[in-house]
Amino acid sequence: MKHLISPLDLSVTELDEILTLAEEIIEEPKKYSNVCNGKKIATLFYEPSTRTRLSFEAAMLNLGGSVLGFSSADSSSASKGESVADTIRVISSYADICAMRHPKEGAPQVAANYSSIPVINAGDGGHNHPTQTLTDLLTIKNLKGRLDTLTVGFCGDLKFGRTVHSLINALVRYENINFVLISPEELKIPDYLRKEVIEENHIPYKEVKVLDQVMPELDILYMTRVQKERFFNEEDYIRLKDSFILDGKKMELAKEDMLVMHPLPRVNEIATEVDKDKRAVYFKQAEYGVYVRMALIMKLLEVAGC
Amino acid sequence: MLNIGGLTTGIVIDHIKAGGAMDIYSYLNLEKLDCSVAIIKNAKSNKMGKKDIIKIEGNLDIDLDMLGVLDHNITVNVIDNGSIKEKKNLQLPEKVVNIIKCKNPRCITSIEQEIPHTFKLTNKEKGIYRCIYCEQSFKE
Repeated sequence: MKHLISPLDLSVTELDEILTLAEEIIEEPKKYSNVCNGKKIATLFYEPSTRTRLSFEAAMLNLGGSVLGFSSADSSSASKGESVADTIRVISSYADICAMRHPKEGAPQVAANYSSIPVINAGDGGHNHPTQTLTDLLTIKNLKGRLDTLTVGFCGDLKFGRTVHSLINALVRYENINFVLISPEELKIPDYLRKEVIEENHIPYKEVKVLDQVMPELDILYMTRVQKERFFNEEDYIRLKDSFILDGKKMELAKEDMLVMHPLPRVNEIATEVDKDKRAVYFKQAEYGVYVRMALIMKLLEVAGC
Repeated sequence: MLNIGGLTTGIVIDHIKAGGAMDIYSYLNLEKLDCSVAIIKNAKSNKMGKKDIIKIEGNLDIDLDMLGVLDHNITVNVIDNGSIKEKKNLQLPEKVVNIIKCKNPRCITSIEQEIPHTFKLTNKEKGIYRCIYCEQSFKE
């Protein structure tokens, strides 16, 4: 039995298998509409999330399975003080697989230690969000046709942005990757990620404070939101929230085939005028999220067809 | 310069990061020992500038490898009959459970007390241990 807690739990080969299966699902979704008949996914969401939870539920329903779960800690036994370990032991007898989101870092790892069903980390605080990474990789692979030889710009909150950390960890395993890290001083990428992941893998990178000047170099621009819940201090949040905004004028500087990605929800970091630009693929990205979760569920449940 | 007498039998824990001696003292539960213990703080060191040293008299039965988890620069000399009998090389264990605690306020271990605090050695050269749950380094 395999869990997915960190994006690095999957080897490049396993990742490729999941992405290939997802692309097959995109081509012929009907072929997979009954492969999880009689299977249940439990969505254990200790903090609110519309997109990720519905995406998991849509994925399981598309495969012919069913869903159960809770969408906030208040509506679960956590409000009575039940531990993650106890909750997962019980849920293991109700469902065949589970997706867990928790505000505390490492909670899904605790669940995996006690679970008898596969556990998928659906986001643990500012730490990991591996299915977002799978979504991002599928988007790049499907729209760019490759995962190597890319200059990828990350913009906004690179300190607390878990999607950024996870995607960097995944991309360093491919050839000819360049990173451009665009953020204010206070939201720069954590030291350990720079030293132990980017530099250790000899990935060329640069850190800049202005988006305009690097726009022409980028194959991918990955935008992020500055999230209030990641700050201890409201003043810092207010000061930094509008740091980088992508608008139509900046898009004029970009390559014709650059992709603008965003894990969503977007607040104001991408002006709505950019939405109609064909290079803006963030809504398409959300759609890919369902396909890749379908492929992941099939893989972890080892159902026929994968 | 402060002078502390040499040991006939015992161990010298040397090259402790300046200011770290009391942590080692507590971890080894030295307050419960009946023998002489000398704590030397801020001793001059060519290599480190300043360092702490602990000298403990007598034979001790403790897992000294765990000292490397707390501070990987530490060296341990075993003294017998007034001379160094053995310079111990501390082997860093791959995994430690409930020896050190995760200090990350965002870690699940900060709210669920029964979870064993477990760390994995992720960089042998630098002696870096990371929490298996949140991946925060022990020294960060």
